Amino acid sequence: MTGSLLSIENLSIGFTGLNDQPIFIVRDVNLTLAAGETLGLVGESGCGKSSLLLAMMGYYKQGLGRLRGGIAYDGQDPGLVSSQQLQALRGGGMALIPQNAGQALTPTLRIKAQMVEVLRLHSDLAPGAWHARCLALFERVKLPDPEEMLERYPHELSGGQQQRVAIAMALAGEPDLLLLDEPTTGLDVTTQVGVLSLLQEICRDLNTAMVYVSHDIQVISQVCNQIAIMYAGEIVEMGPRADLLNQPVHPYTQGLLASIPRLDQQTLPHPIAGEMLQPVHRGSNVGCGYAGRCALATDQCREIAPLAQPIADRWVKCHEVTAARAGEFIRPAQKLLAPNLSDSELLAVEDLSVRYQAPTWLQSLRGQQPPAIVRAVSFGIRKGEIKGLVGESGSGKSTILKTIAGLQPSLSGRITLSGTDDLAGPVESRPRRCLRKVQLVFQNPDASLNPRKTTGEILRRPLELYFDLGPGVMDEEVDALLQRVNLPESYKGRFPGQLSGGEKQRVAIARALAAKPELILCDEITSALDVSVQAAILKLLLDLRADSGVSLLFVSHDLAVVETLCDSVLVLEGGEVREAGSCAEVFKNPQHAYTQALLASVL
Amino acid sequence: MLRLITRRLIFAVVTLWVVSIVVFSAIELLPGDACQAFLGQMAQGKRLENCRVEHDLNAPAYARYSKWAIGLASGDLGKSIKRSKPLEEIIGPRFRNTVILGLTAALVGIPLAIVLGALAALYRDRRADLWISFIAIFCMTVPEFIIGTLLISFFSVWLGWLPGIVIMRADAPLLDVLSKIVLPVMTLTLVMVAHIMRMVRTSMIDVLASDFVMMSQLKGVSRLRQVVMHALPNALLPTINLIALNIAWLMGGVLVVEVVFNYPGIGRLSVNAISDRDFPLVQAIALLMASLYVALNLIADLLALVLNPKLRTRGAKV
Ligand SMILES: Nc1ncnc2c1ncn2[C@@H]1O[C@H](COP(=O)(O)OP(=O)(O)O)[C@@H](O)[C@H]1O
Ligand code: SF4
Ligand SMILES: [Mg+2]
Repeated sequence: MTGSLLSIENLSIGFTGLNDQPIFIVRDVNLTLAAGETLGLVGESGCGKSSLLLAMMGYYKQGLGRLRGGIAYDGQDPGLVSSQQLQALRGGGMALIPQNAGQALTPTLRIKAQMVEVLRLHSDLAPGAWHARCLALFERVKLPDPEEMLERYPHELSGGQQQRVAIAMALAGEPDLLLLDEPTTGLDVTTQVGVLSLLQEICRDLNTAMVYVSHDIQVISQVCNQIAIMYAGEIVEMGPRADLLNQPVHPYTQGLLASIPRLDQQTLPHPIAGEMLQPVHRGSNVGCGYAGRCALATDQCREIAPLAQPIADRWVKCHEVTAARAGEFIRPAQKLLAPNLSDSELLAVEDLSVRYQAPTWLQSLRGQQPPAIVRAVSFGIRKGEIKGLVGESGSGKSTILKTIAGLQPSLSGRITLSGTDDLAGPVESRPRRCLRKVQLVFQNPDASLNPRKTTGEILRRPLELYFDLGPGVMDEEVDALLQRVNLPESYKGRFPGQLSGGEKQRVAIARALAAKPELILCDEITSALDVSVQAAILKLLLDLRADSGVSLLFVSHDLAVVETLCDSVLVLEGGEVREAGSCAEVFKNPQHAYTQALLASVL
Repeated sequence: MLRLITRRLIFAVVTLWVVSIVVFSAIELLPGDACQAFLGQMAQGKRLENCRVEHDLNAPAYARYSKWAIGLASGDLGKSIKRSKPLEEIIGPRFRNTVILGLTAALVGIPLAIVLGALAALYRDRRADLWISFIAIFCMTVPEFIIGTLLISFFSVWLGWLPGIVIMRADAPLLDVLSKIVLPVMTLTLVMVAHIMRMVRTSMIDVLASDFVMMSQLKGVSRLRQVVMHALPNALLPTINLIALNIAWLMGGVLVVEVVFNYPGIGRLSVNAISDRDFPLVQAIALLMASLYVALNLIADLLALVLNPKLRTRGAKV
């Protein structure tokens, strides 16, 4: 196509699996991008976004390659040019801003050396002008103290600063196309807002084209005019931002938007049933890749791959466009009901302080104390209450959880359960009765579930530990637990490696439930999941609370999730409570400046 | 940073002090004393008495220890029992020979190991890598004396290019030494290169797969520069201590190699000292070796500090 900066035709990326069958990571992607245009590529993790983005630079991860199709940047195919031309293209024509800038900067080289490298390769500046150019670029990306930054090593910068350096480095070659791979994922919300507004500014001022990859459609909609929705390696819908956000057509786009928790909505996000198949499992699939999860799927969907159909300014890959546009398959959002909480307090935390390091002998000699990570925190949780704990990374959220669980000794303060049980001591010194009552679920189920034990064995452990059950009752109990977290009984025999991320997290929750706890401590348990799966876990937690009256202490950095799920919330900054109250009050009418800043960063 | 270095230095000095006490008391705890051990059957009467007087053995242990320690600190190693020369003159030239041999082997071997390790990683699982790794594993599993013997039979017996054994006085001039040690250097190099190269390869493979090497590639940096500037320095960090250990091993005088090539180095001297039951000499060599290990480890740690910016930062804990 002429006139476009980048055009991709029928591109498929993947590898050849067993039996010489091609395994598609990216399948039949078509897109074009004009100069100065901004395109957002949205999809769940593993849908092939990064692979597609890297292919634009002619780069394929180890073991992957182009199976068919064409890429043209400025009329040239990066896969066919000479290595000199390719080196000029990379960093000069198009530049990558990577997901994790901290790992993408070379640890043994000063920032300056890494910046200058780009200038030497991709600019006509004389060596004498490099320093000034670096400073100008750093001011452009609003790095504080540019002179000083140049002399530092990557690890001496904060996450946000590293990301800004990566952006400056990408801009140094004055590229016509910026490729961004989740550049704000992993940053704190307030930092993310700063980086996003910087990117908007750059687009506006320099008229650089962008392809922005993210799992977060709200982030994309901040920066991009065009949005492409990717599912299982294919782009299923693509069009102008407003059209896609306001009237999504493809069933997956609709499902994705419905599953995002939002502030001020008082409704439960709507999960999409099931999970995306891994590339090896969808290999021979000839029909629509979404058919397994789609409420509108017909036999035709399973047998024939839908072709792209234009609808006004966009196109959609779906057989049932008419039915999808009617949009009736997504049930109206469930209103959240305020629960009737009893007044009896389950957990009381008073004046809790925690620190990790003991004072060194030198410090104790001088009468100094190492800083406490958590300072004088007090709060209570009632029976059946779900309490949210929010704050940026490093604010002490997980530390509080670990202290309540007895994994981390406290410095001072009291923790009491049900008014009588003292939880001050470490896990080893707690009576079994106390241990049973408080259970912990972690962010990463891969780390917390033993990979060599089946689901059934994992669930049997706490049952053996806390209850004296006969073998028959034990099996019934395991089945009941699986049922409560909506997993089929047949999953008993599976190992964690055979489960998807959402399913593993369900098993972890079931393990906590096995002890019949009164309080479950949840540490970012949905952060590693895709939104469509997260919504299902949130619903599960609400159902569990309604059934058994268990209380939850729910740590999250996502305010919208906390507002959806929790009855009350505690805002933490630098180890101190800044604000506490019911979710309705705190989110509608935040009093503390920090809470206000946090809320303002929610997209 | 400065505090860290001071701490390391103090630690090194304390280690040496402890070692000196251990070495001294080990000999002290043997039945009899140095003169009795040396004279053996003839240890009686006037002869024993003279020997004891000459080596000052009649003083109490703590006095002898402090005299010895003070002497050491000022570079006086003491006196040999068997040879009437001061120990410095006995140890000096032989240690020099070992250092010459070891340094030459290190100067040839370490860069070679790094280059080969990097190449093997770059051509991972391809023919170059398979050959390099095969030869390395061969050299690692075959004992030094067999490698030495193989080299002798090939280069001196078969080709007749190089002398099979070293014939020289311990205090031969430097150039003389250098011209005679080609085969011992080759033997040591082969053994050492294998170990270091394997580790460089492993470490380099990890680093080549890292985000920052991929990023440098996507910045348009040439392959050579990616490898030399971005990958290699990071791949070498974990190998510094292994390299130091290898140098210490070389400096300790690789006995087998010295014996095979008849090389007058410290390794053979220490064996002779033990068979002569010349305890002052044994003591001095033991302490020399200990100081060498401590010093090389110290240098390795400081080098790691210089090369790894993460350790250098203020307030970083090591
Ligand atoms: N080197 C590789 N070899 C085989 N499969 C891979 C490789 N890299 C990624 N994949 C698979 O390709 C799919 C897409 O990966 P990726 O493009 O990273 O997705 P995303 O960026 O959308 O999360 C995933 O299922 C992943 O497991
Ligand atoms: S083609 Fe069929 S299965 Fe696929 S999204 Fe459309 S309706 Fe659903
Ligand atoms: Mg990705």
